[in-house]
Amino acid sequence: MSWILPAAIGIPLLGAGMAALFGRRLWPQRIVALIGVGSVLAASIALIFETDRSGPVVAQLGGWSAPAGITLAADRFSAIVLAVSAAMLFAVLVYAMAQLGRDALDWWFHAKYQVLAAGVAISMLTGDLFNLFVGFEVMLVASYVLLTPKTGPGEVRATMSYVVINLLASALFLVVIAFTYGLTGTMNLADLAVRLGDVDETIRTALGLLMLVVFGIKAALFPLFMWLPDSYPTAPTPVTAIFAGLLTKVGVFVIIRTQTLLFPQEGPSTLILTVAGLTMFVGVLGAIAQNDVKRILSFHIVSQIGYMIMGLGFLSVAGLGAAILYISHHIIVKTGLFLVGGIVESEHGTGALDRTGGLLHRRPVIAVLFLPLALSLAGIPPFSGFVAKLALVQEGVALGRGVIVAVSLAVSVLTFYSMTKIWSAAFWGSPGEEGRPAGRGMVLATVGVVVLSLGVAFFAQPIADLSIRAAAELLDPTVYIGAVLGDA
Amino acid sequence: MSLIGLVVAATLFGIGTYLIQQRLLTRIIIGLGLISHGVNLLIILSGRRGLAPVVTSSVGPDGIADPLPQAMVLTAIVIAFGVTAFLLALALRSFILTGSDAVEDDVEDRRIAGAETGATGEGS
Repeated sequence: MSWILPAAIGIPLLGAGMAALFGRRLWPQRIVALIGVGSVLAASIALIFETDRSGPVVAQLGGWSAPAGITLAADRFSAIVLAVSAAMLFAVLVYAMAQLGRDALDWWFHAKYQVLAAGVAISMLTGDLFNLFVGFEVMLVASYVLLTPKTGPGEVRATMSYVVINLLASALFLVVIAFTYGLTGTMNLADLAVRLGDVDETIRTALGLLMLVVFGIKAALFPLFMWLPDSYPTAPTPVTAIFAGLLTKVGVFVIIRTQTLLFPQEGPSTLILTVAGLTMFVGVLGAIAQNDVKRILSFHIVSQIGYMIMGLGFLSVAGLGAAILYISHHIIVKTGLFLVGGIVESEHGTGALDRTGGLLHRRPVIAVLFLPLALSLAGIPPFSGFVAKLALVQEGVALGRGVIVAVSLAVSVLTFYSMTKIWSAAFWGSPGEEGRPAGRGMVLATVGVVVLSLGVAFFAQPIADLSIRAAAELLDPTVYIGAVLGDA
Repeated sequence: MSLIGLVVAATLFGIGTYLIQQRLLTRIIIGLGLISHGVNLLIILSGRRGLAPVVTSSVGPDGIADPLPQAMVLTAIVIAFGVTAFLLALALRSFILTGSDAVEDDVEDRRIAGAETGATGEGS
């Protein structure tokens, strides 16, 4: 099975090259893109079954055994998150084919998009700290060029701050790498986990906090989120949707991976819980103040990150399991909401809420798509957000962390409020401005995402069980370490 | 790690941080360049120094330099090079569009600033 890991990274990269070679022939490009992203999806689903049945899957590239060689490794956690991410990459690809085919044809889109897919796969499958940096960069460089298919003043302004912030975060990441390597002489995550145990407690804590800051910038944690709501909304809808669904979650993924594997600690972490509470609260307040569909949704990304970090903060099997469930639910719902937001924008020619209205009568199907996603984001039963939030709140109560539970519930109410704002301004009221009707492919892809989101709610029990098993694996790093380093 | 190397890296970071806080993108790019040089130096310092990164007839196992940080720095330099080129292209584009490469305020910041002075805020 270990050949699957390099394949999940190599096939989209190969596809990117082929898509670029096809130049201006649209259909060959599309077929290559579907195969490239589809193979990541297939590989990650296979990985879920394989890791759940027989533990972590490990590939040592070039035949050099760890820790000397380059390691790729997948456990349940990475397989689950990668599968959900790949499913969204696929849905957004279909949406993009329908939208970009007529509005903003960009011949390089498929090549860039597959590089992004490969970057996400590297970041989640790598077992090596420096390769993680490379994976991040592959993903980010693809995201820079995806943000700027048109270089109008808006795009240039937003992309500038996005690139500068990310370049700075990457420099800090390299500082972490330099310090870590100087301390331990290894970059292999499993080997690091072993050797960091011998490092002085104070230095280890400092290193852990530095990593939290670096990945906190990528994940848009409070107070490092300021770049996000400014840069995301300017991009074309499919690009914003996939950024919203994936990029920050890769940051969350890495935070959870590094904090559990490299810096294990007992019991709830008050620091992480405080950051989580502030992230959700400040994010939702930002969302309430906005007046544009995409900007509202961008602030909600920040707010929702808080819930995932809250699950990490509990540092218990149930808490981490809830966080994994929350990540899976959130990637789907957030991507879906941006896709609906894009349809609303397309129908009206604008996303400003004072110029939209009456969509409920003109295109009821869009309202049907928006409603379950919005209610799920707010955590209303029986949708997927409710299941994930319930798990978080239960664990919070069980651990006696009343403050964070109260904050998370209050933020849910405020989230609901800002969703009703979009609903009443876009779907009710007098008809707004006329745009172009959304294409069939756009609606079809969004339907797929909504169905998947409902699926998470319907099959909540098996998915939650799987998340719990993944969380137990995370909190017992010996499994991962043993699989990577071998029992020698 | 050598103290001189650390001081040089810290100085590069300091100057870079100052430059990043400027308004013009060209200065920010120079600042980022200095910071990434500081980082590269730090990575080189993190490895063991020696005569050569391989064992040869004249360099024994005790005299070899650690090759891994050098490989990592090479990767980091290439990545920083590519992204800097992209940023320079953005700066040029901004100069063509607006006549300067100053980084502008967030849309919302401009709206709030406009609301305070009574002027109409401008959305993009």
